[in-house]
Amino acid sequence: MSSSEATKGVRRGKRRFDVLPLLPVLIAGLTVLPVAVVVSALFTPSPEVWLHLWRTILPDMLTNTVLLLAGVGTGTLLLGVGLAWLTTTCDFPGRRSFTWLLVLPMAVPAYIMGFIYTAIFDFAGPVQTLIRELGLGIAVPQIRSPAGAILVMTLVLYPYVYLLARAGFEEQSGTAFEAARSLGAGRSRLFFRLALPLARPSIAAGVALALMEALADFATVRHFNFPTMSDGILRVWHGLMDLQAASEMAGLLAIFALVLLLAEKRSRSRRAYHQSKGRRPGIPAQRLSGWRGIAATALCSVVLIAAFGLPLAQLIHWATRELAVLTPGTFAVYARLAANSLTLSAAAALLTVALALLMISLSRLKGSRVSGYATRLVTIGYSIPGAVIAVGILILLAAIDRAANTLAVSWLNVTPGLILTGSLVGLIYAYGVRFMAVAYSGVESSMDKISPNTVLAGRALGARPLRLTLKIKLPLMLPGIIAAAILVFVDVMKELPITVVLRPMGYDTLAVWVWQMSSESLWTATALPALAIVLAGLLPIRLLLRIGTAHR
Amino acid sequence: MMNRKSAIMIVAAASVAVAAFAIGRLYAPEPQERAEEAQTPDTPQIVNIYTSRHYGVEPVFDSFTEATGIEVRFTTGTDALLRERLKAEGANTPADMYIAVDAGNLWLAAQDGLLAEVDSPTLQENIPAELRDQENRWFGLTQRVRTLMYHPDRVSPEELSTYEALADPQWRGRLIMRPSTHAYTQSLASSLIAAHGPADAREIIQGWVANEPVLIDSDTQILEALAAGQADVAITNHYYLGRILQDNPEFPVRIFWANQEDRGSHVNISGAGITAHAPNRDNAVKLLEWLSGPGQEMFASTNHEFPANPGVAPHPIIAEFGQFSADPLDKAELGRLQADAVKMLDEAGYR
Repeated sequence: MSSSEATKGVRRGKRRFDVLPLLPVLIAGLTVLPVAVVVSALFTPSPEVWLHLWRTILPDMLTNTVLLLAGVGTGTLLLGVGLAWLTTTCDFPGRRSFTWLLVLPMAVPAYIMGFIYTAIFDFAGPVQTLIRELGLGIAVPQIRSPAGAILVMTLVLYPYVYLLARAGFEEQSGTAFEAARSLGAGRSRLFFRLALPLARPSIAAGVALALMEALADFATVRHFNFPTMSDGILRVWHGLMDLQAASEMAGLLAIFALVLLLAEKRSRSRRAYHQSKGRRPGIPAQRLSGWRGIAATALCSVVLIAAFGLPLAQLIHWATRELAVLTPGTFAVYARLAANSLTLSAAAALLTVALALLMISLSRLKGSRVSGYATRLVTIGYSIPGAVIAVGILILLAAIDRAANTLAVSWLNVTPGLILTGSLVGLIYAYGVRFMAVAYSGVESSMDKISPNTVLAGRALGARPLRLTLKIKLPLMLPGIIAAAILVFVDVMKELPITVVLRPMGYDTLAVWVWQMSSESLWTATALPALAIVLAGLLPIRLLLRIGTAHR
Repeated sequence: MMNRKSAIMIVAAASVAVAAFAIGRLYAPEPQERAEEAQTPDTPQIVNIYTSRHYGVEPVFDSFTEATGIEVRFTTGTDALLRERLKAEGANTPADMYIAVDAGNLWLAAQDGLLAEVDSPTLQENIPAELRDQENRWFGLTQRVRTLMYHPDRVSPEELSTYEALADPQWRGRLIMRPSTHAYTQSLASSLIAAHGPADAREIIQGWVANEPVLIDSDTQILEALAAGQADVAITNHYYLGRILQDNPEFPVRIFWANQEDRGSHVNISGAGITAHAPNRDNAVKLLEWLSGPGQEMFASTNHEFPANPGVAPHPIIAEFGQFSADPLDKAELGRLQADAVKMLDEAGYR
């Protein structure tokens, strides 16, 4: 094999064929393979299905998808960046708590949020019922509408932008601010001319993640009668029973997402976002006094209540009914489910962030163009509905298992059975495929901002690459790395289709329980496992953010 | 203030600890897996199930284990994904049985060669012919009736008759239906094609669409909206009303058995088949037979469904809904016609 030759080459010190730049390509390849399985469906198109779709529902779906992306993009950008700026650079009553509380809405699975919002604001819900009973005659806007879908998706997805934008602001140096301020720049000028451009890689990464998540969603939009492309993919698969045509649609979706990502990347490729921070303090926090402080607190509160307080209250309300009928044995079951969820989430977060770091650092060692492009491919899987990716992974794992079995039978005459399919190793691999985009975007946006001067200075002082990475790059990137880890962690906590189809026999997680109850329309019964997801996610989020802030 | 070095130390230490814990868990064999490895004649017998039906299945399986000593292990999932998993695992699958809701899923599993024939006099006797596959690859176990629901203050039962009659302009703005993305709507549309042919079925659907039904993607929410007075008539599965009535006997929605003067109300099934490569086939057949007989009442009642076995009494709450005649359509037809039904719904503008 070429890789072993290469290793020998390195050992002999010849360095003619270096294996290191190949490693990121290898990791990227493993990540992209299941996506490629899905996208390859495009080579054998099903024209009659496409014709049918084009004549009937496809135009609506395309319009809806564009509308959803525009709405969620604008919404998450405004909320995410605004709140991040407020909590990083301003001081107001409750700021310390809001800093981490504002991350929590992402722990509520979006389709649960969609159900809760329709349950509360629909005709039969408490709000409209109360209005009718009091005879107020206030017209409540229809919640099952495009606006309803965009609102709910924005509330669930803004934390992606918030977390990464915060990291982007935190990584900035306060010195530049002092300099700009001494030159007479006002607060808003500082924001628009200095902080925002410097944080752009992080913000773009956050918005891209939110958009890809919105693109892949099909369960939430259904509550709002708002069929998007992903909804269409599932419809073609389950309804027309045509997985081939569904994969073709998914392939198109992935290419669409890739074009968007490359366009964004290209648009900032000619600019530099370097910053040197070192031990100097970050952007100084400005104390907001009087009504401005109150306004800031109020704004954070409103968002927190809409995105977290309201769903939490509804879940607790439902859970109290469930708690009344719980037996002591149920707690043991929940403890096991929570342990499974936490284990999977932690393992996936560690794996993806570590691999993303490795991939990005190595692909930049020699500015290798090939590996640079190859690694960027890892992000496209995130735009495809998880259920479709799950099929790609399934096909791949099963093929490996089959090959292993064939070999084992012919060489050793034993049948090992399924090794990867339905195993935890296979499951973690699948999470890697699905969420590498999240880790990659988070880490890359931080790496983008490290000034080459810092690195050159370190190298000039004789630091070896490893030491350079550990002592200089990692500390500078820590906020971004932590944000990425939190995102992957919470994403895996609530991940559904992949967990459902690839887990070992009888191995359940909290999200699986939420899904089981919700798919039977037993919404009150989803409350306990859904609350458990939120609670189980609470501690790691708090811990990781604390490490991030302590580092400041 | 913590300095950077100690922060990194904490991150590193935490990472190592979590990784060690995770890896330990990944490689420690689950107690169940160990049992499987050591499977010998004296160890407990098992049967493995892939099921998309999960509500209340655990007590049913427990009761089977109690009766036979055969341990039941199951993995839940969505129908389409469970089928893909069966396909991918092929001859190596651990699953002995596939339990699915909606006849279309069972039909497709049989089409894809995932299910094996079962030659069992017990099953032939317990399950009526129209509720099972002609080649005995799958068997309906419970029946779910999708029929009309109405608010008694706003509609009198005399005004109601058939699914088709809801296309009449008198129901304009008075209907609630489920979006066409859901299998329940698709299967009802299939039954319309089977009864009327594609052209007339499409006209009926277009009539529904012209009446501008409120679309809600949850049968429970549909019933709640009906009770609150958002509209007057809806189409839902019968057991959702059964469930609500169990908690709230005063719930102001009544059931109406549709099409009693002609073919009968639309019935779908949940059912099961033995996988083509079942490693514990005998145990799986035992379970299937048990579910069609002694286990019927429990299996159907936990979800307020009608037992497939005509000799078993339905849950008292749904027994109160009264006798009805069911559309005798072969359930395999629902699967065969599903793709056509979805296309028809698209063309008729039913979203």
